[in-house]
Amino acid sequence: MWTFIHKMGSPPWFFRFSGVVVQWLLPITIGLLLVGAAWGLLVAPPDFRQGNSYRIIYIHVPAAVVALAGYYVMAFAGAVSLIWRIKMADVTMRAAAPVGAVLTAVALITGAIWGKPTWGTWWVWDARITSMLILLFLYLGVVALFEAYENKTAAARACAVLSLVGTVNIPIIYKSVDWWYSLHQPASIKFTGESAIDSSMLYPLLLMIAAFYCLFALTVLLNMRAELVWNHREANWLQQLVRKV
Amino acid sequence: MSADIPLLSLREAFSRQFRRHFKALMGSPADMANPLLFFFMVVTLFPLGLGPDPERLSAMAPGLLWVVALLSSLMVSSKLFGSDYEDGSLEQLAIAPYPLSILVMGEVAAHWLATGFLLAAVSPLFGIMLGLPAAGLGVLFYSLVLGTICLTLIGAIGSALTVSIRRGGLLMSLLIIPLNVPVLIFGTTAVSEAVIGGNPQTWLTLLGGLAMGSLALVPLAISAALRVSLDN
Amino acid sequence: MYFDSLSAVWHMDGHGFYVWLSYALTFLPVAIMLWLPIRRQRQHWQWIVAEQRRANSRPADAQSE
Repeated sequence: MWTFIHKMGSPPWFFRFSGVVVQWLLPITIGLLLVGAAWGLLVAPPDFRQGNSYRIIYIHVPAAVVALAGYYVMAFAGAVSLIWRIKMADVTMRAAAPVGAVLTAVALITGAIWGKPTWGTWWVWDARITSMLILLFLYLGVVALFEAYENKTAAARACAVLSLVGTVNIPIIYKSVDWWYSLHQPASIKFTGESAIDSSMLYPLLLMIAAFYCLFALTVLLNMRAELVWNHREANWLQQLVRKV
Repeated sequence: MSADIPLLSLREAFSRQFRRHFKALMGSPADMANPLLFFFMVVTLFPLGLGPDPERLSAMAPGLLWVVALLSSLMVSSKLFGSDYEDGSLEQLAIAPYPLSILVMGEVAAHWLATGFLLAAVSPLFGIMLGLPAAGLGVLFYSLVLGTICLTLIGAIGSALTVSIRRGGLLMSLLIIPLNVPVLIFGTTAVSEAVIGGNPQTWLTLLGGLAMGSLALVPLAISAALRVSLDN
Repeated sequence: MYFDSLSAVWHMDGHGFYVWLSYALTFLPVAIMLWLPIRRQRQHWQWIVAEQRRANSRPADAQSE
């Protein structure tokens, strides 16, 4: 285990390893996304209350789930880079931030579109939507902070501190927004509570969640590889690799 | 540790930091008055924007007052470590034989007393102007005392992260505002509960918990952030 | 398969616009998100290749510099 982690920190080894992973993960991710989307859009039965508009759930929920998990991945990478000063962890964190921001934005946009046929309005200050919006700000803060620093090593460490502070804060934010919402719940808009979901709807959802996790891993890896090639353009191992191809 | 120079106790080092910063703040009363003036003027803007209807204003007063307090705290926090960074005293602090987190807490404490606490102390006055019912005035003060502790500490993280960046003020708002959401929610809810005769204690307790939690954890984040900024 | 015809898939009982719009607005950024790093890596790679070729074609110049 430790040797594996140690190897992960070595750029040439990581580049080779991630190359193999990407080769497999790219077709798997695209396949899962297409199968899941087709299943959710065409095969799954419609919801008896919301009709066909509920089919947005197959992208909305996975995006939201992975966006939140992505913040923890980013913060974990930040902690690793702060404590052990592993350069690869910096690169991971830096790659995860924009991907997470895009997924959060996707969850918000699809939520808004879903809201129109369901609640009759594009935007509601619902607890979950508001929390997602705050998560988006947290992501954008990390991205903006990284861009603002001139020294990129310092930038990565600053982002690590910020994302760790954000991690401690996220559960508090979610809980407080929840309480805030339950106090102010408007009477005119009724939300469907958590109801048991039928397995014919659940399986495609689980498939799409898996697909989005793969997508997150894949995009982070691709970004890391691009970053790695540039950072090590003078390095011997990469020069030899380029010569071989 | 070499015995050549007698070291101050940690408490003494902390209180010297506190006094140095507090004196500096006292020496520039304009800096202390600015956030209050900002508070005052924004409070004036609300009746102009929303109409002078006393009922409507008093219904919105808890939220309005808290949002303005948050903004003015944001405004003053952005300059917290600015002068120390420019004149190099921050670097001196970083290599001093004391934990940086304790030393900067001296500054943050002085800063809070001169801005946050002062803001809380005058807030009932603005509450009266916006027609906040008398039952809410006391809770407004208490909630702001506890809340500004959190706001100042979180603001200090933002200031520490952005102090080495030119025009970092706007960026700091982006970093800090999402982190302040729970404080705002607990604070406004406490005041609203007091106004409707509910139970503000729960929310004040939560605010107190947040304040204590931040007091324990935030100094570490501040010192880590300051060290990063010194490297930039 | 739940739907009977292609037009039913497109229409989705009046919800088609919302469903297809949200899928489009998801898959478009996803495609861009995948394509951008791949393109960036290829550009970096080509830069290195060009750099190597330059170094190989003018070894004398490289020495004198």
